[in-house]
Amino acid sequence: MILDRLNSGAAGLSRSPSTNDFSRRSFLQAGAAAGGGLMVSLCLPFANRGEAAEGDSFAPNAFIRVGGDGQIVLTMPYVEMGQGTYTSIPMLIAEELGVDLSRIRLEHAPPNERLYGNPLFGGIQATGNSNAVRASWEPLRQAGATARTMLVAAAARRWSVEPASCRAQSGEVLHEPTGRRATFGELAADAARMPVPERVVLKRPEDFKLIGTSAKRLDAPSKVNGTAVYGIDVRPPGVKIATLVQSPVFGGRVKSVNDAAARSVRGVRQIVRLDDAVAVVADHMGAAKKGLAALAIEWDDGPHAKVNTQAIVAELEQATLNAGAVAQNIGDTNKAMASAVTKVEAIYQVPFLAHATMEPMNCTVHVRRDGCEVWVGNQVIPRAQATAAKITGLPLDKVIVHNHLIGGGFGRRLEIDGVTRAVEIAKHVDGPVKVVWTREEDIQHDMYRPYWLDRISAGLDANGMPVAWDHRFAGSSVIARWAPPFFNNGLDPDTTEGAIDLVYALPNIHVEYVQVEPPGIPTAFWRSVGPSHNVFVTESFIDELAAAAKQDPVAYRRALLDKSPRAKAVLELAAEKAGWGQPLPQGFGRGVSLQFVFATYMAQITEVEVSRDGAIRVHRVVCAVDCGIPVNPDTIQAQIQSAIMFGITAALYGEITLKDGRVEQSNFHDYQILRMNQAPAVDVHIVPSRESPGGMGEAGTSAVVPAVTNAIFAATGKRLRKLPVDATALKRPG
Amino acid sequence: MAITIKVNGIDRTVDVDGDTPLLWVLRDVLGMTGTKFGCGMALCGACTVHVDGAATRSCVTPIDSIGKSEITTIEAIGGTAVGTRIQKAWLEQEVVQCGYCQSGQIMSASALLASNPHPTDADIDDAMSGNICRCGTYVRIREAIKHAAQSN
Repeated sequence: MILDRLNSGAAGLSRSPSTNDFSRRSFLQAGAAAGGGLMVSLCLPFANRGEAAEGDSFAPNAFIRVGGDGQIVLTMPYVEMGQGTYTSIPMLIAEELGVDLSRIRLEHAPPNERLYGNPLFGGIQATGNSNAVRASWEPLRQAGATARTMLVAAAARRWSVEPASCRAQSGEVLHEPTGRRATFGELAADAARMPVPERVVLKRPEDFKLIGTSAKRLDAPSKVNGTAVYGIDVRPPGVKIATLVQSPVFGGRVKSVNDAAARSVRGVRQIVRLDDAVAVVADHMGAAKKGLAALAIEWDDGPHAKVNTQAIVAELEQATLNAGAVAQNIGDTNKAMASAVTKVEAIYQVPFLAHATMEPMNCTVHVRRDGCEVWVGNQVIPRAQATAAKITGLPLDKVIVHNHLIGGGFGRRLEIDGVTRAVEIAKHVDGPVKVVWTREEDIQHDMYRPYWLDRISAGLDANGMPVAWDHRFAGSSVIARWAPPFFNNGLDPDTTEGAIDLVYALPNIHVEYVQVEPPGIPTAFWRSVGPSHNVFVTESFIDELAAAAKQDPVAYRRALLDKSPRAKAVLELAAEKAGWGQPLPQGFGRGVSLQFVFATYMAQITEVEVSRDGAIRVHRVVCAVDCGIPVNPDTIQAQIQSAIMFGITAALYGEITLKDGRVEQSNFHDYQILRMNQAPAVDVHIVPSRESPGGMGEAGTSAVVPAVTNAIFAATGKRLRKLPVDATALKRPG
Repeated sequence: MAITIKVNGIDRTVDVDGDTPLLWVLRDVLGMTGTKFGCGMALCGACTVHVDGAATRSCVTPIDSIGKSEITTIEAIGGTAVGTRIQKAWLEQEVVQCGYCQSGQIMSASALLASNPHPTDADIDDAMSGNICRCGTYVRIREAIKHAAQSN
């Protein structure tokens, strides 16, 4: 999802943060750090629009602190959940400061949206949307360069020499003509008294020493020896362990509880009954789970007791017969369609999906009369703090949130339902309590990637090329709930990403979205969100058009890319590296996809084998990516490898279904995840670029799904328009 | 009841029901949180430890089934030659992402290499397919196991 374009709505803030023409003084501040040393703070226009309107008193958005001991501390507004942000973000600072990455220490930013609001996330202090590097690219390098300039100025004044005759390297300032040198630590206090430079010069890309190199992940060592502390690992003194069961039907209530047997379980300390959940508090999770199994609960299922998937799909299908909000309209699609030589139409659909992060939902809370402490790994810390304050009735500043490493986010931890639950329970418990969800609760009470259903049609000319493209789809808008100000006129930028602004030259295109919220079922962001659906539909459909035109899928796409040179380049690179067009064994097929989402161009080509029994094996995925300047190439490779496995899991297995208001899946036996023996080889080719960086965490997921189904079509001639793929439909006789 | 188990070479006595899964004894009673909870049904491998050197899912291993067997966890695997090689290969290949499943992956991989110093791809599939990685680090896990095997 991209919220970037929404920034333009704020008066005076129409320039994208990626442009390089801000007045430095308007958003960089510097001065003495508490306890001495130099502190450089910066703020981004969007996160501070209130102040922008009032004049030049900007509050800072992030902090670099250079201590008297030379230690450089970066207050990190982003949380680490595997995407490598703890490495790539400090690289930006270290590059301009001229220090080794190892010299930078990270501190989690406290919850404070005024200071740490994400400019590419509508000013919300959140980690997601594949945008940390994009949001930080200019401002963090500016901050590093400003600190460097002031340190050099302090040294120059001390030595009574011209600043231009000094340079910063490896944590010190050096005056080459005389050989004098001083460490950053020695200079920090003086540097803090230097005027903030009005303009600083950023390094030219050809001078980068760190950016563009594969820096080692700073969080890796603790993750191979068991010492990394995730939210689920915290152990405040005296902590009890709780687990819970929530109403199996969304919106249901507890009618009665017989907890006699649970109370008699050894180690069980307390049963907490909430309106719609029951928790067992114990000495350890073993006892808590045993206690939970011993509870006899009668539920009032409430209004959603009869909800089932078929009814939801029927409603979506009906909704696509009515007009929706127009997301994009170019040319005159109706007219072009009427005069087309050939018309192709299809209905596509994608299911609800759970996140199934490896670290199950959990949150530890200690509610006291005068304050509340929360320990959690979460992508939206200010919201975690706010919900704890609301439930406890405490003022915001009495709620302390300790953020921790995240054992898989994928959008699940952009939600605070788990924090809310834990605080509700902790209010009844004397002392700290760690609430750990069983995997069954985690899957059956997730907040799901929405079900979407699409009606799409195209008109082709005599050469088989598209002259009209008409696409209407229905489903939930996550943004409408999560960030209501960004849902306007029936549209939001996430739900439509990948359905509009296609890379192809389409003279007449019309795209509509119909918001339909499923009854009682909570929906949420899920790795690549809108594109996870839209790219599957559009890239499958363009493949259908190529087939209708009896043309090669790569050649067909390429012919539509004259105005998208970066898209064309990744397509051609992927085709070349994958050996597109070369013969394959019987039962194999190659499939291609091409997209521009999260500000990154990507093409993927898969090699898929379909056995006679319909079993599908993805053997190889070749990916060409142009994500602008590659900050940490190895992380880019890793994120694409990761996103591909995530997407194949969704294409082949992912599906949450409902019956009688209940989620039917419960654990990894019926909500399958791709495993080692099913994982393809992945080749990633990064296109060299000097454009500003694009997003990297999610793009690979949306791209691989249609590349797999297009390969299945190539192998079998069967077009699969509904996910996950139905292997039984692919069985061949004999 | 008081039960004594040997964890990483040290006798530890805990007072829990005999059917309590080893996972919770390690994490919640002994405070050894390197071993992770993922599914509770031996479906994901996040809780893998060694029992007498064999990769074992601690979430379904009752503590009273252990007897005098020796338990090794991620906290001590670096003390073995194979474990050291695996950890080093994991860092060199930059395997981890979120890292949550990696304790279990490393325990499965080190058990594999200890019994089979030069595993084939098929051997790796057999030994590692019980360990889910939601970040999908499989490509690098495979490479890291091969590197660790070669460094023997």
